[in-house]
Formats: sequence, structure tokens, C-alpha cells
Amino acid sequence: MMSSVGAFPPGLVLIIAGLLLPWLARPLRQALLLVASALCLYLVWQVGDGAQITLHYLDYEIVPLKGDALSRLFATVFAIMALVGGLFALNQLSVLEMSAAFVYAGSAVSAVFAGDLITLFVFWEIMAIGSTLIVWSAGPRAYGAGLRYAAIHFLGGVILMAGIAGEIANTGSIAFTQMSADTVPRMLILIGFLINAGAPPLAAWLPDAYPEASWSGMVFLSAFTTKTAVYVLLRGFAGTEILIYIGLYMVFYGIIYAILENDMRRILAYSIVNQVGFMVTGIGIGSQMALNGAAAHAFVHIIYKALLLMSAGSVLYMTGKRKCTDLGGLFRTMPVTGVCGIIGALSISAFPLTSGFPAKSMISQGAADGHLVIVWYLLAAASAGVFLHAGIKFPWFVFFQKDSGLRPSEPPWNMRLAMIIFSVMCLGLGVAPGVLYNLLPFPVNYVPYTGAHVVFQLQLLLFSGLAFFLMLGWLKRSLTITLDFDWFYRRFGWMLAEEFQMRSGDVWNGMANRAANTVTRFVRQLYRHHGPEGILGRQWPTGNMAFWTTLLLGASLIVYYL
Amino acid sequence: MQDHWLVRPSTIRLLWWVFAIILALTVLADLFVDHHSYFGLDGTFGFGAWFGFISCVGLVVFSKALSVLLKRPDTYYDE
Repeated sequence: MMSSVGAFPPGLVLIIAGLLLPWLARPLRQALLLVASALCLYLVWQVGDGAQITLHYLDYEIVPLKGDALSRLFATVFAIMALVGGLFALNQLSVLEMSAAFVYAGSAVSAVFAGDLITLFVFWEIMAIGSTLIVWSAGPRAYGAGLRYAAIHFLGGVILMAGIAGEIANTGSIAFTQMSADTVPRMLILIGFLINAGAPPLAAWLPDAYPEASWSGMVFLSAFTTKTAVYVLLRGFAGTEILIYIGLYMVFYGIIYAILENDMRRILAYSIVNQVGFMVTGIGIGSQMALNGAAAHAFVHIIYKALLLMSAGSVLYMTGKRKCTDLGGLFRTMPVTGVCGIIGALSISAFPLTSGFPAKSMISQGAADGHLVIVWYLLAAASAGVFLHAGIKFPWFVFFQKDSGLRPSEPPWNMRLAMIIFSVMCLGLGVAPGVLYNLLPFPVNYVPYTGAHVVFQLQLLLFSGLAFFLMLGWLKRSLTITLDFDWFYRRFGWMLAEEFQMRSGDVWNGMANRAANTVTRFVRQLYRHHGPEGILGRQWPTGNMAFWTTLLLGASLIVYYL
Repeated sequence: MQDHWLVRPSTIRLLWWVFAIILALTVLADLFVDHHSYFGLDGTFGFGAWFGFISCVGLVVFSKALSVLLKRPDTYYDE
């Protein structure tokens, strides 16, 4: 069945490690996490260009491992994420969560190396299972959110499968290559991909489910599902114009909902949608500059978003609190967590000298080169908005704001080390973007650090900061949530069901009454004829009987003799 | 007990001054760099500054307006 093997599948290492975890003692478990993800990272770089493994199954040639620059870029950052995320999560006592996280990470690595649609679909679904288990492992409070998460992702999976089946029926090929949304099956594939990217209208699955995961669980969740979706959109649907508008919608949706949010990790969840929106816009623009920008942005985003969530996760781990209204003033006793959080916040805002700057700028440059005037202005406004909703808001409300009276100590050494490693990477990639540029799918001909560009970005961000502090009264947090599309399946569905129950209750009562009336009438009739007064229920004297019997016998005798 | 130096009113006043000076410097820096404008409006003096400020004010006002319609107590779904 197997026809050729050129390299060992790196994702498989993480999946095997994840499945082995439950059988090991805790110290061995911790060692295995680190060794397996380091080995995975090494193996990613052993995958050469082109198909590495091919299998024949039924009539199809399955390619579970196929390498190129784009696949290696995503697999590299996934493996780094598994390694540093594993280091951060060493204190996580839930074996289920760690096991699920590694199977999830391994499937993400395998999905970006998938050379055909069937392999892609299989790992796509294993990711859905792994991530649901991560949400569920946070305990009973997360069951509902996990179930809603699973429902949306399996819906996306069904749509994707229908699309893939149609594509195979249409073309006879299972190869996963660049396509355009010109047939119904391809549109279904695009929709399936977009659901995982957090595109409208279903984006609410992300801020609904991720913040219910544990302090370490959300760090893993933030990295893989949406970015695998970015990868498949990059490979499959680059230059599809509708993605520009979907991406811009996501960008502003994330900002506006994050501004209104009180839960620190839901702020960061909305900001994932916002950031993926930038990437989706870049993919829609479709030029080499924009695609490089989207890919680079995905790479740096995984690192700084994980860093932000590690900082938030550390606060949650040490205080057990997640609402901005309960937090504040933590810089006094958690300076390392605070500084690392601020570095992540500056990176997500694309501050010069941090990793977001050289990456996100390429997407804007792509819009400028393509003469997409409105898109360029909206991206610039959104860049200012990112600083507003995540760049200042998160560190301000958690570490400064007011004195909440909380005096938590710093998290354990491994959590601090993980944050420091990612902080160094954020700054390193910002100072020396050439390292990242060399990994990108297309040759880079772009200089991020020009005087004009740096000055423009500083003005944009610092005046965004001014707006934040001047409007602080309006931004003050309250104990509220903001309704989103999930209202339709969390409330509207219930309301429909209640309405249905009420109305169907009336119908039921009517039918039951009618049935009862019929039965009563029948019983009454029965009573009239057969009851004590009924003509058929009367007592008959024995003499009567003897008389009639004699009469009948006499009659039969006469008949006999006739 | 003396509060942390970073949150004393005198420090905060000083920080506002430093912030204002930095803001002014970034706008003035526009005089010394060569902006090549793509679409016209983005070539105006201090474009990043006023555009960033107005965008953020707009976003906050818009989200505040939206919250009138969509805001609910955070126990809304627990009932």
C-alpha cells in the first residue's frame, strides 16, 4: 500500500506523544512534552520540497506529507508553539488537557503538510475533537461552551466534506491546490475553511468557547485552529476578492466587541478574530506582497497572541480572576508577567521594533500596491484600533487601572521562562525581520524600517493611545457582555422552543379534549344500554327464561313433525 | 503606607507631560521624513496622528452606541 517514504511525518510525533501521556508518571510526562515537540521541530526541517510520502488507497493517491516553504513556515511555528506552550503548561494537572493539546497540535502540523484533500479533512476533524476536549477538560462550567464549539466545528466539517466530495466528483482529483470559488463544491470548501477562521456570521464560537478553557488550554487553542484555516485559505483561495471584505469585517468586529468586553481573555479572543481578519484581507488581496504579509503575520501572531494569553493565563492561575472589574494594579507584584504582557501587546499593535511591525506592514503595502484605496485606509484605522482594544486595554486594565488589592506572586519559573522566550522572539523578529522574511513563500522585496513608515506608525499608535486615555471614562468596564450571533443558538432557539411548546400545547389540549369527549360519549352510550337502567342491562326473572325456553322447544318440536 | 511611586499623582502628572512631548515630537518628525503619498489624503501633515486619533474616537463612539442595543448583564446566559 505504501509506495514511498521520504521523511518521517513530524505531526505524528506529537500525536503519538499525546496518546502516550496518560500512561506515564508526571515527571516523565513533562519530559516527553518537551522532547517530542523539539523532535517535531527538527523533523519539520527535514521535510524537503514535494511529495514525501505517497499511499495508494482505493483509486486515489494519498499524499500525507508534502513539503514547501509555506507548509514549513506554518509547521515551524506550530512546533515552536507546542514546545514553548508545553513548557508553560508543565504545571497543568489535567492529563486529558495535555494529551488533547498534543494530539491537536500534531494534527495541525499534519494538516499543513497534507498534500491532498482527504488527508487534510482527516486531520481537520481530529483537530476539532482535540480542541473540544481541551475546552471540556476545564471542568463542568465549560461543558456547554465545549458542546456549542463542537457543534459549530462539526457543522463546518460536514460542509467541508460535502465540498470535498463534490470536488472529487467534479474533477476526479483529490489534490489540494490553488482553486477559485467558481463551483458549488468549491464554495462549500471555502465556507468550511472560513468557519474555522472565525469568519462572520459564526465568529462567536471563538470568544464563546476559548475563554472557558483552562489557563493553559486557551494558549494552545489560540494557535492552531484559526491559523490552520489561514494556511488553507492561503494555499487554496489566494486572491479571492470576497475575502478582502470578510477580512475587513472580522478586523472591525474584533475591535468593537473587544472594546465592550470585560473578561480579559475574551478581549484577547475577540482580538484573535481581529488579527485573523488582517490575514484574510491579505489573502483576498492576493499579490505576492500581501500573501507574504498574511503568512508572516500568521507566524508572528501565533507567538505574540500566545504570549498575551500566557500573561493572562498567569494572572488567572495566580488569582483565579478573569474580569477587568476584579483586576488592576498587578504590576506591583507581577512585574515579569506584566512586562511580558506589554511586549505581547506592543507586538500585536505592530509597534516598530516588535514582530508585528514588519509583518502587518506588508499587508498594508499589498493594499497600497494594488491601489485599493478604501482597503488601505480601513487597514490603517484598524491598526490604530488594535492598539486601542488590545495594545493598551489589556495591560492597562489588568496591571494598572486601579489598585484591586490583589497581591499575587509571580507564576512558577517555567511559566515565566515560556513568557520570556516568546518576548525575546517578539523583539528579535521585530529587530531582525530578515530571519522571518527568509522563511516566507515568496521572495521578499520590502524594507519595513523607512523613516516615513516608522514615523507614520508611531503617530498612528501614540495618538490612538491618547484617544484611549482621554476617553477612559467611556471605556470603563462594567459587568456586562455584548450579544453576538451565538444569541441565536443560545437564546433564540430556546425562545422558539418555548413558543412552540406553548402553541403546540394548545393544539395538544384541543386534541386531547376532543378525544376525551369521544370516549366519554361512548362510555355514556354504553351505560345507557348496558347500565343498571339500560334495556340490555335489566335483570330477567328465571320464569321468563323457562317460559321462552319451553316455547322455543315446543316450536322446534312442531317444526320437526311438520 | 506610601503608595507605589508609579501611581502617585505627581508621577502621573509627569507621565502626561512626557507623553505630550513625545506626541509633539512624532508629529514634528513629519517635517524631516520624506512621505510619498499613495492616495493624496495620506500625504497631509501629521496624517498618522489625526487619522489614528479620529479612527479611535470613532470606534469608541460606535461601540458605545452599539452597546446600548446589545449590552446585557454578564449573567444573561446563566439564567
